[in-house]
Amino acid sequence: MFAAAILAVLVTMGLALIRAFRGPTVYDRILAVNMFGTKTVLFIAVYGFLSGRPDFLDIALVYALINFISTVAVLKFFEYGGPGRAATTPDEGEGD
Amino acid sequence: MAMIVDALSWVFLLTGGFLGVSGGIGILRFPDFFTRLHAAGVTDTLCAALILLGLMMQAGWGLVAVKLAFIILFLSFTGPVAAHALARAALHGGLMPLLHRAEDDPSKS
Amino acid sequence: MRHIISLTLILAGFWLLLSGHFVPLLLGLGAVSILLVVAIALRMDAFDHENQPLHLTFRFTPYWVWLAGEIVKSNIEVVRCIWGPVSAISPTRIHLTATQRSDVGKVIYANSITLTPGTVAMRLEGDQIEVHALTRAAAASLQGGEMGRRVRELER
Repeated sequence: MFAAAILAVLVTMGLALIRAFRGPTVYDRILAVNMFGTKTVLFIAVYGFLSGRPDFLDIALVYALINFISTVAVLKFFEYGGPGRAATTPDEGEGD
Repeated sequence: MAMIVDALSWVFLLTGGFLGVSGGIGILRFPDFFTRLHAAGVTDTLCAALILLGLMMQAGWGLVAVKLAFIILFLSFTGPVAAHALARAALHGGLMPLLHRAEDDPSKS
Repeated sequence: MRHIISLTLILAGFWLLLSGHFVPLLLGLGAVSILLVVAIALRMDAFDHENQPLHLTFRFTPYWVWLAGEIVKSNIEVVRCIWGPVSAISPTRIHLTATQRSDVGKVIYANSITLTPGTVAMRLEGDQIEVHALTRAAAASLQGGEMGRRVRELER
């Protein structure tokens, strides 16, 4: 049953990735990457239970904080003078 | 009693998974950025909370449950801030929300 | 002073919960890092009622319960929109006037609006909150003002 939950989380991550690749605006991509990060937190937590090692939760906790900070930092960059003014922008290399 | 908690936790985990997939579908289906923001909100709030609550019930009382509660707390504080920052940055960047009807524009209300 | 003590206690509890080890070395490291954080916070002059709204702590619980109910309700609403036809959504943009007196209250209000899916606070300037809602019904329920009233009651 943990496997079912983990599968659902993985499917969601895949859907978020599709949105991140499709764009079209840079904000869509940041939104998708932020969602991907939240799902990563859930993935780590559930995987810890699946493999019987709840110690993974510490990593999930730290990842939740890092994900938030990175999203806000990237947004700060784009809010003031980054590309992204137009409806379509060239690809920004963002990863997570 | 233990069986009820077990069953409830499975229900929570599966509902959470369903909500997550729904949010993923929504982020693909909705027409513009601001509506997609709402779809992402589903996965950030109830989906995450339900999955983590389900895990908490599996873990039982202890340090693990407290850590899971902390993750829920963090996510519920950081989620809206990130969503608000995204919406504000998009507005600032000149992205206009797609509105249902012209009179929904705030210049009137 | 009250805020310094409360921050120290919160940090200490946080450290103990997350580490789960009670050997002298780790406890000592924890004490050092707590002192460091408090010293940096003092230097930044970051102690006031805004960073730690202690006076609100105990009134939060009923509000959280109510808010959790609202979150569940609006989640169901949004999921219905996701699986239904796209024409069912009616994106709306409204202005709300925040009637909360303090900045903390306004921020709690705006955050609660964003936390419930279906409505996102886009801008907060002065006492004006600009909200984007997924459906007109969600916007209308915000304009009904129950959430604003409950946050205002928190402040008293």
